[in-house]
Amino acid sequence: MYQAIVFLPLIAALIAGLFGNRIGDRGSQIITCGALIISAILSWVAFFSVALAHGDHAEHVQVLSWIVSGDFNINWAFKIDTLTAVMLVVVNTVSCLVHIYSVGYMSHDPHIPRFMAYLSLFTFAMLMLVTSDNFVQMFFGWEGVGLASYLLIGFWYKKPSACAAAIKAFVVNRVGDFGFALGIFAIFMTFGSADFAVVFSDVASYTDKSIHFLGMELDLLTTICILLFIGAMGKSAQLGLHTWLPDAMEGPTPVSALIHAATMVTAGVFMVARCSPLFEYAPGALEFVCIIGASTAFFAATVGMSQFDIKRVIAYSTCSQLGYMFFALGVGAYGAAIFHLFTHAFFKALLFLGSGSVIHASSDEQDMRNMGGLRKKIPVTFWMMTIGTLALTGFPFFAGYYSKDMIIESAFAAGTGVGQYAFGLGVVAALMTSFYSWRLVFMTFFGESRASKHVQDHVHESPQVMLVPLYVLAAGALFAGYIFHNYFVGEHYEEFWGSALFLAGENVMEEAHHVPTWVVISPFIAMVIGLATAWYFYIKQPDMPGKFVKTFRFAHALSYNKWYFDELYDILFVRSAMKLGMIFWKRGDEDTIDRFGPDGVSALVVRVADKFKQMQTGYLYHYAFAMLIGLSAFVSWFVLGGQ
Amino acid sequence: MEYFPILSTITFLPLLGVLIILSINGEKEIVERNSRNAALLTTVATFLFSLVLWFSFDKSTAGFQFVEEAKWLGGGIQYKMGIDGISVLFVLLTTFIMPICILCGWDTIKKRVKEYMIAFLLLECFMIGVFCTLDLVLFYVFFEAGLIPMFLIIGIWGGDNRVYAAYKLFLYTLLGSVLMLVAMLYMYGQAGTTDIPTLMQFNFDPHAQTWLFLAFFASFAVKMPMWPVHTWLPDAHVQAPTAGSVILAGILLKMGGYGFLRFSLPMFPVASEQLAWLIYLLSCIAIIYTSLVALRQTDMKKLIAYSSVAHMGFVTIGIFAFNIQGIEGSIVVMLAHGFVASALFLCVGVVYDRLHTRDIDRYGGLVNIMPKYALVFMFFTMASVGLPGTANFVGEVLVLVGIFKVSTWTTFFALFGVILGAAYMLYLYRRVVFGDLTKEDLKAMLDLDKREILIFAPLVILTLWMGVYPTSFMDFIHVSVDNLVTQHEASMATYHAAVQTVAGN
Repeated sequence: MYQAIVFLPLIAALIAGLFGNRIGDRGSQIITCGALIISAILSWVAFFSVALAHGDHAEHVQVLSWIVSGDFNINWAFKIDTLTAVMLVVVNTVSCLVHIYSVGYMSHDPHIPRFMAYLSLFTFAMLMLVTSDNFVQMFFGWEGVGLASYLLIGFWYKKPSACAAAIKAFVVNRVGDFGFALGIFAIFMTFGSADFAVVFSDVASYTDKSIHFLGMELDLLTTICILLFIGAMGKSAQLGLHTWLPDAMEGPTPVSALIHAATMVTAGVFMVARCSPLFEYAPGALEFVCIIGASTAFFAATVGMSQFDIKRVIAYSTCSQLGYMFFALGVGAYGAAIFHLFTHAFFKALLFLGSGSVIHASSDEQDMRNMGGLRKKIPVTFWMMTIGTLALTGFPFFAGYYSKDMIIESAFAAGTGVGQYAFGLGVVAALMTSFYSWRLVFMTFFGESRASKHVQDHVHESPQVMLVPLYVLAAGALFAGYIFHNYFVGEHYEEFWGSALFLAGENVMEEAHHVPTWVVISPFIAMVIGLATAWYFYIKQPDMPGKFVKTFRFAHALSYNKWYFDELYDILFVRSAMKLGMIFWKRGDEDTIDRFGPDGVSALVVRVADKFKQMQTGYLYHYAFAMLIGLSAFVSWFVLGGQ
Repeated sequence: MEYFPILSTITFLPLLGVLIILSINGEKEIVERNSRNAALLTTVATFLFSLVLWFSFDKSTAGFQFVEEAKWLGGGIQYKMGIDGISVLFVLLTTFIMPICILCGWDTIKKRVKEYMIAFLLLECFMIGVFCTLDLVLFYVFFEAGLIPMFLIIGIWGGDNRVYAAYKLFLYTLLGSVLMLVAMLYMYGQAGTTDIPTLMQFNFDPHAQTWLFLAFFASFAVKMPMWPVHTWLPDAHVQAPTAGSVILAGILLKMGGYGFLRFSLPMFPVASEQLAWLIYLLSCIAIIYTSLVALRQTDMKKLIAYSSVAHMGFVTIGIFAFNIQGIEGSIVVMLAHGFVASALFLCVGVVYDRLHTRDIDRYGGLVNIMPKYALVFMFFTMASVGLPGTANFVGEVLVLVGIFKVSTWTTFFALFGVILGAAYMLYLYRRVVFGDLTKEDLKAMLDLDKREILIFAPLVILTLWMGVYPTSFMDFIHVSVDNLVTQHEASMATYHAAVQTVAGN
């Protein structure tokens, strides 16, 4: 069954990709959607039989040996436990819905088979990532989703901006992989294996060991964990390596929903949770994770407040929500992090697909300044977006309410310095989340329409093939939190997770159920303030944003320009690499190596020949040349005879 | 099978092809057609013969197999052939790449077809000889003789600036050869034999080892090529015809790596260990330096040539990690690079044949009219970047795992190549394939034809096969590499014991 779940999408991708011309648009849609529907159903079966059954039902499936070299022994194998089962459900459900949605969304595109093939290929790589039983296969999935992401961001290859964004996504991810790879090497050197089973069972005996790394003596497990986390930062767009995610919105909207919201970007969260046995013994690394996560949650929320591109707002929101997941991991609330990953997948995919529906309705317009008043014209989409927004902002009894509040409470309950830092930023970010989310809804659906006459005339509700996936996701955004919170973070915690998540000390989520009331209600209050402000700014007093921007010019510029990360990186890395490349090529290869090497030698030969002519008239040259010959003869004799 | 001289057959079968082609006379067109057919038949036959090695090679022994011996030149020098786990795959790589080379020049070579085919067959003979021979002098002869047809291929069928390129190649290689010859003479003086297996057991004086190592290094480093003696490679690639580039990247570069494994490591273990830092340093510089240079290239072939230098940096690092993962990884990188770089040069060849320029700026938007080509090019771009599931990944990860145990700094710097590699390859791909099709002269370009698909298909299959299930290939090399590492550790132990005794006295 597990082979079917993982390999069906691959087979579908190959058929649609290689024979797309022969089977046609409809054929490739049927094959890929069909494969994904089967995979998704099987995933739910797996979820019920592994995660919700009593007792520990973790399974291990060996497929094929992969790399064997000395004691380096890597297999193609699956490890199925609750964590994997949750990911299977998330990935395949969202992917299946996105496949179906794409049938409608991409109906006017000339390259439908290629698009469907890429989507399925991505799903396969993501499944390889979450089912892996060792670090190297995980890396395979890790890079595989990177490839699919690259291909899909650059899907509209005629747009230069899409091509640039695709390259940026791939290269920035490679920077993260740099750390991930070093982490894997360090793990292999330490444990003599890269299998999760071996590494996690031996980890306790490696506490307080040190590693000699880049000339420094460092704590072994902390170093390994931080290196792994750098990989997670790249994939999950955390502060510093986040710059690719907003640009990735150049891809078609279903791609944004699937890859850049629900699944691929959560791979980092999954990886840290998977490695909980390692991180639990590396408290320093956990603090680092917590700080980066909380800072990202805050940073991305500030940027999200001032963007006008509807997809970019949601992209920064994703970045921010991923930050929440990471600081949950950082305080040891792994269950809460995965729970948020789970609920977030539903409501964020819903928001993206909803915004896709908006874009579809308004003739591919993405700028919210050219929208407005769409509530009456596309009511279904409006209600779907509203449900998504309520879930995202943590409105009581919606999905996000259970998971996000749990995270914030856990951060407080951790009782550590970094926990307090995360708690504070988390609450502030919740306020901002509420503000930018409602700002999006108000700007898009309320007020007067700001679109051109032509666009206004063409506004239409999306077809059912696009709306049905929205209904399913909306159901998830409404009920996923309520139904599952007892399993993920509540009383059935231990039974549900089994051995999938490891805790070395106290369960911080136990404490989180007993925090003071003001802590419990603070995210709610933050949400209400955000909503009220947005309402005041964009409905009551529409001239307020302009005034606000004039007054706080610097803060707005910082937010609007994304804290100038792109500009900084461009100077630091892109331009200097280009400059160095030119210097090495022109000054290094041509002016130095060639000049004194082959060209120099040939010039010398010519010159010596010239001198040779003059030698008849000059003693000095004669003498020097003879000496040279003698010297070389001497050296030859020395080398040959110097036994 | 016991008495059938399979290695000599494989080595000299191409010469038979040369004789056949020489005997073809008549009208120009008939000569050309027959020469092509004869060359293709010969290379395919050679490949089929070499498959005997694939099926009957004994993977459980580290010793030399299929050994043939004969006295030669009065007994002082012998004719001896034999292969072990380290060389067998290189022989197969050579025989596999050759038919592809012949096919890729099928329509595009118009002048002196007969001589062109002869040059390639001669080259094949010499290259297989390098990997098969077990005699020092014979090795030298094959190693150096291979230069001559390559020299002619560049000098006669090359681009506009071919003379400069050929001369540069010659000058660099000459320097290395002379030094290597001197070292070989010294070794003969010391050990009294030119038998390679005997020399591998001979303990050279540790002080002399340093000089011998450096002399061999001069030759192998040029062949690899390592920084800073790499500047001949971009020019040679740019000027060479496509098939020449394929041979150069696919096989000739591997001779350097093979030389390190066959000579430097087993014969000069102490010097290898002592000078490993130099190798690491040069390799790391090569990886970062050439990757940055590749980023700025405007000529497609030059870009891939520079990327080759970076990839070869991984090979040298792996070899001098002195452990199983490092050495096996470096062999896999060499094989993988044999497929992938060859395929990339073929990709350049495909568009060069149509537009007759390698200038990146002249292209753009090819995906609109050449979707099959775009797919193949994307596949090999990703393979070159080292995407898991392709052959390069297996090699690179093993090399890096191996070197991490020895030097974290080297791993750290080498990994920059992985980032930069993605940057320059994707940047190239974007400029050539993606974008809108605006340039008029591109609009008439045709997608891959049957012959071209036939050329790429085996390369794609092998790259994936080696990426997903490398065991089929690595089973050949395990025992020999294991033996190499064990021997190396033993010699080092002996050396350290000796040093301590001296110090103790």
